Amino acid sequence: MEVNMGNVLGLVFANMHDTTLGDMTKNRTMGSVMFGGRYRLIDFPLSNMVNSGISEVGVITKSNYQSLLDHLGSAREWDLARKKGGLYILPPFGNVESTLYRGRIEAIYGAMNFISHSTAKYIVLTDCDVITNIDYKPIVAKHIESGADITVVSHTGPYTSDDLKTATVLNTNEEGQVTSVLIQPELSGTCTCSLNMFVMSMEFMVDMIKDSIARGKVSFEKDILQERCSELKIMAYEYKYYFSKLNSTDTYFKANMDILDPENARKLFVPKRSIYTKVSDNAPAKYDLDCIVKNSLVADGCIIEGEVENCVLFRGVKIGKGAKLKNCILGQGTVVGDGAQMNYVITDKDVTVAPKHVLTSSAEYQMYVSKGATV
Amino acid sequence: MFNKKECVAMLLAGGQGSRLYALTQDVAKPAVPFGAKYRIIDFPLSNCINSGIDTVGVLTQYQPLVLNEYIGNGQPWDLDRIHGGVHVLPPYQKATGADWYSGTANAIYQNIGFIDRYDPEYVVVLSGDHIYKMDYNKMLEFHKSKKAAATIAVLDVPKEEASRFGIMITDDDDNIIDFEEKPKVPRSTLASMGIYIFTWEKLRAYLIANEEDETASKDFGKNIIPDMREAGEKLVAYRFDGYWKDVGTIESLWEANMDLINPNIPIDLYDPNWKIYSRNPVYPPQSIGKNAQVQNSMVTEGCVIDGSVEFSMISDGVIVEEGAVIYDSILMPGAVVKKGAKVEYAIVGENSVIGENCQIGARPETIEDKDSWGVAVVGHNLTISDGSNVLPKAIIYEDM
Repeated sequence: MEVNMGNVLGLVFANMHDTTLGDMTKNRTMGSVMFGGRYRLIDFPLSNMVNSGISEVGVITKSNYQSLLDHLGSAREWDLARKKGGLYILPPFGNVESTLYRGRIEAIYGAMNFISHSTAKYIVLTDCDVITNIDYKPIVAKHIESGADITVVSHTGPYTSDDLKTATVLNTNEEGQVTSVLIQPELSGTCTCSLNMFVMSMEFMVDMIKDSIARGKVSFEKDILQERCSELKIMAYEYKYYFSKLNSTDTYFKANMDILDPENARKLFVPKRSIYTKVSDNAPAKYDLDCIVKNSLVADGCIIEGEVENCVLFRGVKIGKGAKLKNCILGQGTVVGDGAQMNYVITDKDVTVAPKHVLTSSAEYQMYVSKGATV
Repeated sequence: MFNKKECVAMLLAGGQGSRLYALTQDVAKPAVPFGAKYRIIDFPLSNCINSGIDTVGVLTQYQPLVLNEYIGNGQPWDLDRIHGGVHVLPPYQKATGADWYSGTANAIYQNIGFIDRYDPEYVVVLSGDHIYKMDYNKMLEFHKSKKAAATIAVLDVPKEEASRFGIMITDDDDNIIDFEEKPKVPRSTLASMGIYIFTWEKLRAYLIANEEDETASKDFGKNIIPDMREAGEKLVAYRFDGYWKDVGTIESLWEANMDLINPNIPIDLYDPNWKIYSRNPVYPPQSIGKNAQVQNSMVTEGCVIDGSVEFSMISDGVIVEEGAVIYDSILMPGAVVKKGAKVEYAIVGENSVIGENCQIGARPETIEDKDSWGVAVVGHNLTISDGSNVLPKAIIYEDM
């Protein structure tokens, strides 16, 4: 079935599940959390939408969105600086209806002005906590074909303790129709969890949101997916391609480490389906005479004089002579002094590690050093 | 009516660059990749914007497609402006006829109309084949303070190298009193860098006069500067003391690349106050594998390295497989070096594939006859089949 993706509007929730990443989102949105050496989480949904042919995208923010605005700029890097369509940032208090939302229903309602101006027939909604290279086109096609009211992109796999904080578990029949919904249940074994990506027709969504607001409803998951499960046709779309879902510091760390494996990196960074990000005009990375670098991802602007193994280095990281780093994620502009030793450490942006300083943690609990800190 | 611009830059980018052989078969010299993530033209363009010059005409003629696409609307250099910005200027048909650019001066002459639209006081004339960081604004201030008709940037070169350059002979006050092109016995060590600032009113008149002389070769060095001197115009030399390199030959292109990883050479690409901008390809970060060994090299985004890389420049999207050895070499964007291949003292062009166990180039110490040694070059978009041997100094134009 051929779908006209020009008829689809995208809506990205930049703040959803902020709290799951702890201090990393203290001063920024989920969407502006750094990932994979040169990206911010929002690069993935935005690039996926653009690569799927969606050229009109709204980004709903709530708080802490200065860094997000800096990152997105005019959205030219995502090819979303358009006269027709393009990127719209939708902060709270943007209009009379828009306040600090308490849940997804109010968030969408706050963006109603933007949504109602669009001529799109369908809408794709997504959060920023799933890192993947997804094509929305077959999902929209399946949505139309199945005649569903709501299509929820989901994945069936092992249920972990981290899932407890955010998971929406779907029970489905053989046709993939959702028969009941559990919110953050205490389960174990294999479950079908929502990836927090939804497809709806515009008409259905607008009516449903207005109706829900009139009834004082807040949560899309609880008040719509769960409560109205039997009266609506909610379909689960089983997503089987490579993805990482972030819901804790640990899953964040592992998702980064996961793409050190070239197999996984190839699944995430697909030629002709590029992940776009802000350009920062760094010089190439420089490897010094005595450096040793193994199994690592390195961004431009890095200068490496020490030893680095199993690490992700963001732009402009400097590793001093004799420093030894293993299993670390170093945020943009982090400077590691000569002879320092680090193992299982995540540094935020612009961290300075003093020469000969030793910072070690464990695979089970990674140390996090906050933005601008000197240790 | 356009607003006035005090200074407009004209960048000569039309030359064939024939001494780069296979590397300029299909691309103009200024578009040749350089320094892992740049193209040569990034240096003069970045210098312009960093010097506060926001109006640049790029004169193209030879194989302009790659260059045109690369420059695009000038956004990567912040040269996408409502008024001014970067403009690609190929030869065009006029009411009086159509001509190719027949010389550097003729190229500017044919674009007098472009320059006049901005009504500038001064024009900077630049080349598209030099690697350097220079504040043209300081040179302009010098030009103004000297009340000169033309200022030529010069570099004090070692005496033994002076005979390779155009040499300026000056008086104590840096007035140019004479000049000689590649003299056997140089009378001075001030070499012209091919960077000129002219007072536009003067240059305009000399360009028109030169054009009327049918025997003239329509060249700055051969006509305009000598004509100005003969007429008694004030010509001054502006001394530049930073890093500057002409990359017009295979050897100099290779050397200039290697200079970037030489800590003793004063060209700093990491200075946040003088960034060299380039059009960014969209690639993930570089991936350094478990078997990789990378030392004393520059590597950029999109590379996947699992072999050994030393003293080399690795451009975007390059793949170096396990067991491959890259030594003192330049791999241009998209090049692939397969398992067990050795690339030593070589330049591999864009998107070329070096098959398994190939030997490309050689270290000078392994060659007895030093005259037969040189940098080996594999052109763009070529496939070198498994086990092939490309000798030092060889230049490969076709698949092998």
